[in-house]
Amino acid sequence: MITQSLWLSAILFSLGVAGVVFRRNAIILFMCVELMLNAVNLAFVAISRSVGIDGQIFVFFVMAVAAAEAAVGLAIVISVFRHTESVDTRDFNLLRW
Amino acid sequence: MIELLWWVFAALAIGGGIAMLMSRTPVASLLFLVLTFFSLSAIYVLLGAYFIAALQVIVYAGAIMVLFLFTIMLLNLGHDYRNDLRGAGWIIVAFTAAGVGAWAVSRAFGLEGALVDRGGAERIDAAVTELNAVGAIAMPLFRDYIVPFELTSILLLVAIIGAVLLAKRRV
Repeated sequence: MITQSLWLSAILFSLGVAGVVFRRNAIILFMCVELMLNAVNLAFVAISRSVGIDGQIFVFFVMAVAAAEAAVGLAIVISVFRHTESVDTRDFNLLRW
Repeated sequence: MIELLWWVFAALAIGGGIAMLMSRTPVASLLFLVLTFFSLSAIYVLLGAYFIAALQVIVYAGAIMVLFLFTIMLLNLGHDYRNDLRGAGWIIVAFTAAGVGAWAVSRAFGLEGALVDRGGAERIDAAVTELNAVGAIAMPLFRDYIVPFELTSILLLVAIIGAVLLAKRRV
């Protein structure tokens, strides 16, 4: 079941990558990043079945970092939405010169 | 039985992921993502990581998803949206590239049974029966990983302050 879990993790990670490539909604891009982080968590848990409990502790840290990333990222989305009235990445040109 | 449940929840997770990518409104995307997270939590239970499963439900399916939902509703994105998918060509390219990437990673790390079993499952099960599900994580967390744990608290504090500063209208 470890090997299947690693395959499932690879599939979920690639789904997240595909979503980041072909969606344009900034919030859905963040959701895809969360999906990628979850795929990594699944890989950690699966490997912890082989090497010990340390993998599950890394999952703890990944979750903390993901929570921080979601909070700051969504605050940035709200802040950008005030400027452009949109969350569509086609309308974002704040860093373009 | 465990194998069968694993396959059911894996199918639910992948289906939720694909539906999240393909659904048009952000709210529907979010709800499918919650389905994926709950399925992953069930898979963690099947893998014997009980505390991580509880954490997954509380932190991801609870807190982070509610944060996303509040943002979506705050920005009123539920309707009157533009179609935000790129063209069909982009979708095919994205899935092909992601699939090739996943295949390459899986070959590089040798997922085909090359992972050496160092008896982790037995040690985890012994620790869980001795210290229960929380203690099995807490003992090494507060003994070997105490410095990263404290750094995590600083990270969360900085993230809270940063989020408030960014989302505040006038600082």
